Amino acid sequence: MKKTSSTPNLSRRQFIVGSAAAGGGLALGLHVPFGLAQDARTAAPAEINLWVAIRPDDTCLIRIARAEMGQGTLTGLAQLVAEELECDWSKVATEPITPGRNLASKRAWGEMGTGGSRGIRTSQDYVRQGGAAARMMLLQAAADEWKVPVGELSVDKGVITHAGSGRKTTYGKVASAAARLTPPDLKSIKLKDARQWKIAGQPLHRLDTADKLDGSKVYSIDVQLPGMLNAAIKQCPVFGGKLVSYDESKIAGRRGVKGVVKVDASSVAVVADTWWRAKTALDALPIVWDEGPGATASSAQIAEHLKGGLTAANAFALRNEGDALKAIEGAPKKVEAVYSTPFLAHATMEPMNCTARVTKDRAEAWVPTQNAEASLAALSEEAGIPLAQCEVNRTDLGCGFGRRGGNQDYTRQAAAIAKQFPGVAVKLIWSREEDIQHDFYRPISQCKLAAGLDEQGNLTGMHIRISGQSINAFVNPASIADGKDKRQLQGMWEEPGDAQLGYTFPNFLLEYAMRNTHVPVGPWRGVNTNQNGVYMECFMDEVAKAAGKDPLEFRRSLMAKHPKHLAVLNAAAEKAGWGTPLPEGRFRGIAQFMGYYSYSAAVAEVSVSPKGELKVHRMVLALNCGHAVNPHMIAAQVEGSVALGLSATLYGENTVDKGRIVQSNFHDYQSVRLADMPKIETVLVQSLDFWGGVGEPTICVVAPSVMNAVHAATGKPVRSLPLKNVKLV
Amino acid sequence: MAKLNVNGKVRDVDVEADTPLLWVLREQVGLTGTKYGCGVAQCGSCSVHVNGEVRRSCSIPVGSLKASDRIVTIEGLAPKATHAVQRAWAEVDVPQCGYCQSGQIMAAAALLARNADPSDADIDAAMTNICRCGTYQRIRTAVHRAAVLNKDKAKA
Repeated sequence: MKKTSSTPNLSRRQFIVGSAAAGGGLALGLHVPFGLAQDARTAAPAEINLWVAIRPDDTCLIRIARAEMGQGTLTGLAQLVAEELECDWSKVATEPITPGRNLASKRAWGEMGTGGSRGIRTSQDYVRQGGAAARMMLLQAAADEWKVPVGELSVDKGVITHAGSGRKTTYGKVASAAARLTPPDLKSIKLKDARQWKIAGQPLHRLDTADKLDGSKVYSIDVQLPGMLNAAIKQCPVFGGKLVSYDESKIAGRRGVKGVVKVDASSVAVVADTWWRAKTALDALPIVWDEGPGATASSAQIAEHLKGGLTAANAFALRNEGDALKAIEGAPKKVEAVYSTPFLAHATMEPMNCTARVTKDRAEAWVPTQNAEASLAALSEEAGIPLAQCEVNRTDLGCGFGRRGGNQDYTRQAAAIAKQFPGVAVKLIWSREEDIQHDFYRPISQCKLAAGLDEQGNLTGMHIRISGQSINAFVNPASIADGKDKRQLQGMWEEPGDAQLGYTFPNFLLEYAMRNTHVPVGPWRGVNTNQNGVYMECFMDEVAKAAGKDPLEFRRSLMAKHPKHLAVLNAAAEKAGWGTPLPEGRFRGIAQFMGYYSYSAAVAEVSVSPKGELKVHRMVLALNCGHAVNPHMIAAQVEGSVALGLSATLYGENTVDKGRIVQSNFHDYQSVRLADMPKIETVLVQSLDFWGGVGEPTICVVAPSVMNAVHAATGKPVRSLPLKNVKLV
Repeated sequence: MAKLNVNGKVRDVDVEADTPLLWVLREQVGLTGTKYGCGVAQCGSCSVHVNGEVRRSCSIPVGSLKASDRIVTIEGLAPKATHAVQRAWAEVDVPQCGYCQSGQIMAAAALLARNADPSDADIDAAMTNICRCGTYQRIRTAVHRAAVLNKDKAKA
């Protein structure tokens, strides 16, 4: 049984060594491959540089600053370092960097935030340099020992050879000498051409699988500390409401209960010896809320509010090329449609939780976080302890999906509770009900689209107006002025790179009307590419149909200036056999869209029964993410994006009644299960001229390809999600 | 005070009778491989075996169990993760975040114990646990693979 409790007051480094030495299995967060002797795990490594430390037994310890939440970044980053290091992959282990350590080193490990599919694409250059610099130092140490020019040495899998004399040594043997050398000048480091990669680019197994198979992996929710207490929390059910009072006497004398705590203006917690006792006591605690002005809000009202934005006189025009309104007005054929998408909770499998311990001069937390530095800041601020005296111990996350980034609400709450029990570790766990009802939801929006076609069915103009809630207005209002929020138009931008629209419209007006609500919003895997992909790509099928053209051919005719988008679309179409006969009753739908610097396309095959039951049989997804660091894990991310994307397509919605979220758990906020899943095929279109994201990009083509296949099957376009609410036949 | 037989060991636990088995395992017995996901028997992250049947431990009051009931958690499934399901999971590299995988593995092990060679339809019907990362396709592959591993073992 693994405990994290044996060395609570030691530093992180001592902690790792100490707990492994105690024979408690693998240390928390330290992934050691099979087959290493126990003493090898405990031998002090030589610190070559920030990214690489090497033990005498040749184990290469690779430091990971980004968060691992299932997306595979830990393994991918280790592959990139190991590639340049030229070490033996079977001897690679990884270690997370803590934000306290990063801060104390003036952020030497760079940004730790893991969102926006940035984990690899924005750290690949400096981690590869770290691996290369370490290799150069290790070779130099061997050259110094043998008194030969370093240029005469070669290295393969951590074994250094001097061909002239036949001498050999290993990284483990020269590591301590290498650690004393001056690091090479950055300019002298030449990174490998990706075509020469041997470790990176390969479909290697993940490094972090073993302890997920036997229950021994310690997630934050599993952390045990000596004398630890547990807390359950209730937040005002209406967003923006306040806690008025609670009647502690009603739960007095309950077994294990240590106290009731006002956490902040809108929440209360019960602290007990076990979480179950805290939770049941909290359920029995009478609480009075001031629900505030949000208490009258409903989904119907919010929909009306957004609808107003579709035709309001003022909107932010991000793109205004030619005269779209005139072109559409004068067109012999017009197509118009209004689409809508709902709020969506993240519902990470591991609910929100954080363990905090606050003394008069130190604060510590154990927390599943996509942004450990934001967690550290929240802890410091809430505990009232300077940053330098705070630490966040990192654990891998039980899902992230954007919920656990900058908004460290649960870390803040845990610190506020722990502060009231000085020196005692308190673990706050949210119930699933709190999680579904107190999220930062994928923003709600509606979209009005209009297109004009000439006599030959050629597009003459396109007008897109999105009305809905802005994430930036909620999380970072200073970043936008007067509702000019480009981010809400993600995927439809003109400039190449990040989130470019793959079509050229002869006349184009693209607008955003900001319509905020009292519901908190935030990034949700794929963010606005999800909704915008539905609007653009489902409408493209409607326009193609009006033009009497095949949806693929119609798209192609508008994509000549976007060859990368087109190549991915063609790859998906080809693999799926677009245009070839299908079994009776099956229909295809296609979509392409872009986000996070990567290009995605999908073809879905569905059938709709006479009763209107939808079955998704097969999905082919093509992705160009530039450099593909691990095709095996990229395919896993594509498969995962299909699952989460299908959950949103088929079932996902959070509705509002009396100011609160109606859904509360997986019975009414449904996920796809295995039986819902189609056969998924991933096609990688690789270009070596850029680095794109992987975790998010493909999710945006899932819903529109399925909706377009449904349109093909039933002859009727689907214009709102989720499909469970739509009568298909 | 209740007596529980967990992973072949009888333990005394001092808890209220309505406490769900999940929380007794996690907070009294100290076995945290069994996860909390929903508390309402929807997601299956808390799946354990009770007398060989897969059950959702978040919805079993501990007072309903007898000392003779054999409870097996992920930690007790097989020594050193050698169960065919665990080996297949490693081969196929199923987990992403891993949080739901204890429950998925327990569900798959129970399925294979009563159906040595499940069809896709059998897997659809039996494997109803939620995975928000979306490892389903690899779960399906790994269940089939575990069936093969079991057959190979039987032949050997």
